[in-house]
Amino acid sequence: MGFVNVKKMEVLVKLVYYGPGRGGKTTNLDYINQKYKERIKTDMVSIKTHGDRTLFFDFLPVDIGKIKGFDIKIQLYTVPGQVKYNATRKLVLKGVDGLVFVADMQEEMREKNISSFKQMQENLAEMNKDITKIPLVLQYNKADLREEGIPLLDFDTIDADLNGELKLPAFEGSAITGYNVVKTLKKAISLTMLSFKKELL
Amino acid sequence: MYGVSQEQLDQIDILLVQELIDIGVHSVIIVDVAGNVIAEHDNGNSQCDVHAFAALAAGNFAAVDAMAQLVGEQEFSVHFHKGEKESINFSKVNDDLLLITIFGNDVSLGFLRLKTAKIIEEIISIWKVTEY
Ligand SMILES: Nc1nc2c(ncn2[C@@H]2O[C@H](COP(=O)(O)OP(=O)(O)OP(=O)(O)O)[C@@H](O)[C@H]2O)c(=O)[nH]1
Ligand SMILES: [Mg+2]
Repeated sequence: MGFVNVKKMEVLVKLVYYGPGRGGKTTNLDYINQKYKERIKTDMVSIKTHGDRTLFFDFLPVDIGKIKGFDIKIQLYTVPGQVKYNATRKLVLKGVDGLVFVADMQEEMREKNISSFKQMQENLAEMNKDITKIPLVLQYNKADLREEGIPLLDFDTIDADLNGELKLPAFEGSAITGYNVVKTLKKAISLTMLSFKKELL
Repeated sequence: MYGVSQEQLDQIDILLVQELIDIGVHSVIIVDVAGNVIAEHDNGNSQCDVHAFAALAAGNFAAVDAMAQLVGEQEFSVHFHKGEKESINFSKVNDDLLLITIFGNDVSLGFLRLKTAKIIEEIISIWKVTEY
């Protein structure tokens, strides 16, 4: 849960990138880290395996400026996407304020996207969080592979699979090229900030 | 989103400085389970990236807690890591907060634990959150 520090005039917000293994969550954070170098004063923390898979989480704090005098610090996390790490994913979700679900547009990933999304919903429910209420944006990643002739799900198909009922904001993206990475992030931040009661911000 | 008042933060800050920094603790951080830094103090010589530290500390504590449950323990309420020059002590304050102290060989672990237990009681009595 976001923390408001009235003494330091600072708001800390936790935004988690969730999705199937190898979907591109860490690559999203890598891109943001490169793009906003000047606003990120510290190194990205990654707890990963030798093969560069996320083992626990990535962590990247980004200062986005002031709202009503408060410094807003968005703390970005990724979960480990591999199926076997669900216990770890639950730990990373603790106190989450907003989510980005990174799906993989490759045809062969269709089932993995769906089961990861379902499990996210279950994990949130265990924490008494309702998927229809929590700020959530979807990114259909690896759109760049279309140029390479790799079979991809089309937008409507993947959107019907994951977002048929919820009708959340969803973007095609490419974490490698940066296409819609910032757009996804900005949408997730604005939904998250809006979700906080108006009293303060 | 939640917060506590300026007075509460002031009271906690005074406690941390007077009870811990003043006895030689190098650095003290209060972190919530989400990994947010609630309060932090050091003796002026710390170069630690406190937000990264908090994220790792909260994750580490949560992981050890989950392990405790796997072996049939409710929790391990204190964790301790000993280094050559710096050691780290993690204590659970309540279900939402952790108190982390980083200290050198000149501070005895026994004394630190005694102090920590006392401070935790005081923090619990100060801590009343407002939800936004
Ligand atoms: N072509 C293409 N490759 C991508 C894209 N995003 C990520 N990748 C590649 O996909 C692989 C996995 O990316 P990661 O960012 O590590 O995936 P992850 O979701 O963090 O995976 P886990 O940590 O296992 O959960 C890497 O080889 C990336 O280079 C993309 O937009 N396009
Ligand atoms: Mg990763």
